[in-house]
Amino acid sequence: MQLYDMPDARGHFGQYGGTFVAETLVEALEELRVMYEKYRHDPEFLAEYHYDLKHFVGRPSPIYHAKRLSDKVGGAQIYLKREDLNHTGAHKINNTIGQALLAKRMGKPRVIAETGAGQHGVATATIAARLGLECVVYMGSEDVKRQAPNVFRMKLLGATVVPVESGSKTLKDALNEAMRDWVTNVHNTFYIIGTVAGPHPYPMMVRDFQAVIGDEAKVQMMEMVGHQPDAVVACVGGGSNAMGIFYPYIDVPNVRLIGVEAAGHGIETGMHAAPLTANSPVGVLHGNRTYLMQDADGQIIETHSVSAGLDYPGVGPEHAWLKDIKRAEYVAITDDEAMAAFHNLCRTEGIIPALESSHALAYAEKLAKTMSKDQIILVNLSGRGDKDINTVAKLANITL
Amino acid sequence: MSRIQSTFATLKQQGKTALIPYITAGDPHPKHTVNLMHTLVKHGADMIELGVPFSDPMADGPVIQRASERALVHKVGLTAVLDMVKTFRQTDQKTPIILMGYANPIEAIGATVFADRAKAADVDGIITVDYPPEECGGFVKELRARDIDPVFLLSPTTEPKRVEIIVNQASGFVYYVSLKGVTGAANLNIEEVSERVASIRKQTNLPVGVGFGIRDAATAKATAAIADAVVVGSRMVQTIEASNDDNLLDNVATLMTELKTAVDAAKK
Ligand SMILES: Cc1ncc(COP(=O)(O)O)c(C=O)c1O
Repeated sequence: MQLYDMPDARGHFGQYGGTFVAETLVEALEELRVMYEKYRHDPEFLAEYHYDLKHFVGRPSPIYHAKRLSDKVGGAQIYLKREDLNHTGAHKINNTIGQALLAKRMGKPRVIAETGAGQHGVATATIAARLGLECVVYMGSEDVKRQAPNVFRMKLLGATVVPVESGSKTLKDALNEAMRDWVTNVHNTFYIIGTVAGPHPYPMMVRDFQAVIGDEAKVQMMEMVGHQPDAVVACVGGGSNAMGIFYPYIDVPNVRLIGVEAAGHGIETGMHAAPLTANSPVGVLHGNRTYLMQDADGQIIETHSVSAGLDYPGVGPEHAWLKDIKRAEYVAITDDEAMAAFHNLCRTEGIIPALESSHALAYAEKLAKTMSKDQIILVNLSGRGDKDINTVAKLANITL
Repeated sequence: MSRIQSTFATLKQQGKTALIPYITAGDPHPKHTVNLMHTLVKHGADMIELGVPFSDPMADGPVIQRASERALVHKVGLTAVLDMVKTFRQTDQKTPIILMGYANPIEAIGATVFADRAKAADVDGIITVDYPPEECGGFVKELRARDIDPVFLLSPTTEPKRVEIIVNQASGFVYYVSLKGVTGAANLNIEEVSERVASIRKQTNLPVGVGFGIRDAATAKATAAIADAVVVGSRMVQTIEASNDDNLLDNVATLMTELKTAVDAAKK
């Protein structure tokens, strides 16, 4: 039985979440809310969604016991939920399929998305191609430079990539620009948000579409070891892969839920992307109330992380809530720690993890050392690291 | 009666429509803002909408985004904006000032403290773009308790049922955004606006201002014929952007004179 029943009807998780948008968007969000309510339990809609997850994405993604890594680290057994094996290489596709199917049912021929690392952009372009929808992806011009292969991938898939020159020219500015597009073209356009942020119903809807990760894991863990893990660890940018694996576990007692944010150069340097761990002030951005990295004037400040997918000043409102009620714990991992964990997994297990997921791996290694050999940590390996090889090479002063 | 309410009452007696220019505080440089405000009043502004710079102006088009960025170079935030209003008030106690901005700078100070400071600076109205009425009940109470008018936006997509909710929270006036889209977008359809304003008037006695898409004498005149206030934003900011320190006040004065003449010539 599911006891946890957040959010409320207006999308509030306690004081977090909500619908903080300009009046011009209110009606569009109301339409989306009504349509999502109509389809979220509709057997035909869900059948179509699960058909694509199975035949197009390749789900269920396996769980893998990383034995050599566990032995090397010493302590708890580390298991990996292999979202890196999904089509397009990350968990992002679970959500874009759900939203794109909804767009189709709402009769919207055009979808738009924001992207940072480009993974969500690629996942959106992919499903848009699959369903014959027009696709426009907004991406900060800084990220366009940093993530050239993903930009090319999106173009191959038929999407238009629009570089965003405003503000800090990164993910948050891409989100602003996508919102502006949406207000202007709401009659024919569906905005596919890539994480559990944005105004209601996005945080709830994206969580629901990602919850397939945790739903599968619960079954798979029983099959593999006959019980649930002692801890579930996932990286947190906006927080969608983490919510996806946490949500089905919220009501399961004795399973620790641990979200890992990006500490960048270190929380104490201010150059990080860890609003929960740093206890940033609560504020309003991108349609919801949450912990937010900002200055004394309430201006959003620039974030830093080696992984573009975690480089976001806010965090999904449900994570803010889970932190406050102490159902989940939030910690942070520096760039250097994440890089070490990246190389470690490559060498011991033959898996190249995404830099985002490497943050979760790094914390799992720390935690494992404090636990016994018969305990289990389940890490959400949210994506594969192929997209990151340029970044990693550059850090090692290697030109490819 | 608040300053906004009495200004509208006076204009109504005279059969006139209010002209409300928008500028972003701190644009092009904080040293100009108070002078600009006085220039606006001297050349026909009945009220002033003063934009509070924000790092993430989601509802604004490129023109006002750039204004925000120019102001933020000089770290102009909500506290600095309130100081500018205080300075302005030393020589003008008559012209209503309406702050327009986003929720987060207010959240950073806290609703109660902000309302106190806005009152101390003698601000008359607040438009918070991303505070729809459902999310800001407490804030509206704080403003009302201090006789500051919470001004809300209505859009072409706002259903009559929501108009009801909004006008029940608003005071001073309501602001009809004449376009789908962000500030500075394409031209407005005056017939459509006229129909919507008429329908809004069936639901409220509050004055109705119209903004977004008014960019010259012709559109200002057409809008003035149907609205109680005409708000000119992006065009104002474009003029500021195209000016230098020497001709800034003159250029703004010229634009204001043109708009004022047009608004006053409108047949009601
Ligand atoms: C592989 C991978 N993991 C995690 C993230 C972070 O997003 P979220 O916190 O929403 O899961 C991203 C975002 O680009 C990603 O590509």
